[in-house]
Amino acid sequence: MSLKIRVMPTLLYKDLGLVKGKGFDSWRRTGSIMQTVKVYNMREVDELVFVDITATASGREPDFECVDEIADECFMPLTVGGGIRTVEDVRRLLMVGADKIAINSAAVENPQLIRDIAERFGSQCIVVSIDFKRHDDGSYEVFTRSGSQPTGLEPVDWAKMADSYGAGEIILTSIDRDGTMTGYDVELTRQVSEAVSIPVIASGGAGEYEHMAEVLKEGKADAVAAAAIFHFTERTPLEAKHYLREHGFNVRI
Amino acid sequence: MSNVVIVDYGMCNLDSIARAVEECGGQPNVTDKPNDLSKATHIILPGVGAFPDGMRNIRERGFEEALNREVIENNIPFLGICLGMQMMAKKGEEVEPTAGLGWIDGEVVKLEPNKEDRRIPHIGWNVIEKHWDVPIFEGIEENRDFYFVHSYHMKVFDNDQIAACTPYAGGFVSAVSRDHIFGTQFHPEKSQKVGFQVLHNFLNY
Repeated sequence: MSLKIRVMPTLLYKDLGLVKGKGFDSWRRTGSIMQTVKVYNMREVDELVFVDITATASGREPDFECVDEIADECFMPLTVGGGIRTVEDVRRLLMVGADKIAINSAAVENPQLIRDIAERFGSQCIVVSIDFKRHDDGSYEVFTRSGSQPTGLEPVDWAKMADSYGAGEIILTSIDRDGTMTGYDVELTRQVSEAVSIPVIASGGAGEYEHMAEVLKEGKADAVAAAAIFHFTERTPLEAKHYLREHGFNVRI
Repeated sequence: MSNVVIVDYGMCNLDSIARAVEECGGQPNVTDKPNDLSKATHIILPGVGAFPDGMRNIRERGFEEALNREVIENNIPFLGICLGMQMMAKKGEEVEPTAGLGWIDGEVVKLEPNKEDRRIPHIGWNVIEKHWDVPIFEGIEENRDFYFVHSYHMKVFDNDQIAACTPYAGGFVSAVSRDHIFGTQFHPEKSQKVGFQVLHNFLNY
């Protein structure tokens, strides 16, 4: 296996600044976008995920200008999400330099959108972003609109459906664990990883490098995304990869 | 002064490659006018998307003739990236059988998962194994990782046109070359230092 495990910092964007919250709430500002992108570019991270978390809620289209500026400094793979509703939105984002786009609410509301994007631009550029909560009875449910809208969908079923519609990748985020730094939801990640044939990115809950190793091994994820651990602690993506390498994972150093 | 013409045939991802060319000391010139190719010192064909759409756009915009004239007749150095490499093949099988530019004796087919590599698309960082000392890979050590994001790959029938392979899903051709014509399945513009080295080598070819 020569394909590397990826460690991907997630940048959440809200009202002109980067933020990080807890359980999709209590947002704290974490700095200017350009500065952060430049640092990650210099450090040669594997991939950046950039999500505009208020676009859908406020009915805005993606901020194409902002993505354009980021992409100009970003000589690494860039995935962009937030507010994407149409094939035209996707075309414009790819045009300004996004490599992949992430869709969430719009895909749940209209799964055909996944197929339309796949036919036009290929599956490889569509990431379906699935945010989920674990209920007290142990069942899981998909939420959209930044975690505010219950959908009645079961995450494994929805992931399989997204795969069959032509998604190229799944980013799976635990709303409960988001920002808590208590570890990924390994159980659900494993269920989704086993159910689909496309790469799965685990997200939400990383606080220790050990959490990453756990979700990669037990959860069978192909990549880990993380935000709080890199924003609020001294830990870095490179150090994470050194740790993972020492523990037998194939990473790019 | 270099004039690196980047072909805009409506299939995106132009900004990243233009910026990367700039960073590597080249003068990028993104154009949707086939005539601009006649002034090129280097030509880059980027691309994201499906093979039939790509070829249709290239033909409808009059680029096929201009590319054949400049690259094949006038020997202008050429680099195809991702879909841009795939379209150098004789034929593509994505969605529907479609004729490509026909510069490389190959056809583009879907990557098929196997026991070890179950995930398609092939997304992320992977190595390339050089077949010979291709000029665009000068100074690049073995086992360096490049960024890939694709579901299709080119089966190449002429071994001399294979520049590098990558061991995923049974192995596939990750770079092709034929004289001054090069193609990479990976994205040099997104592969950081090693990627820039490839672009730098191409611009100095």
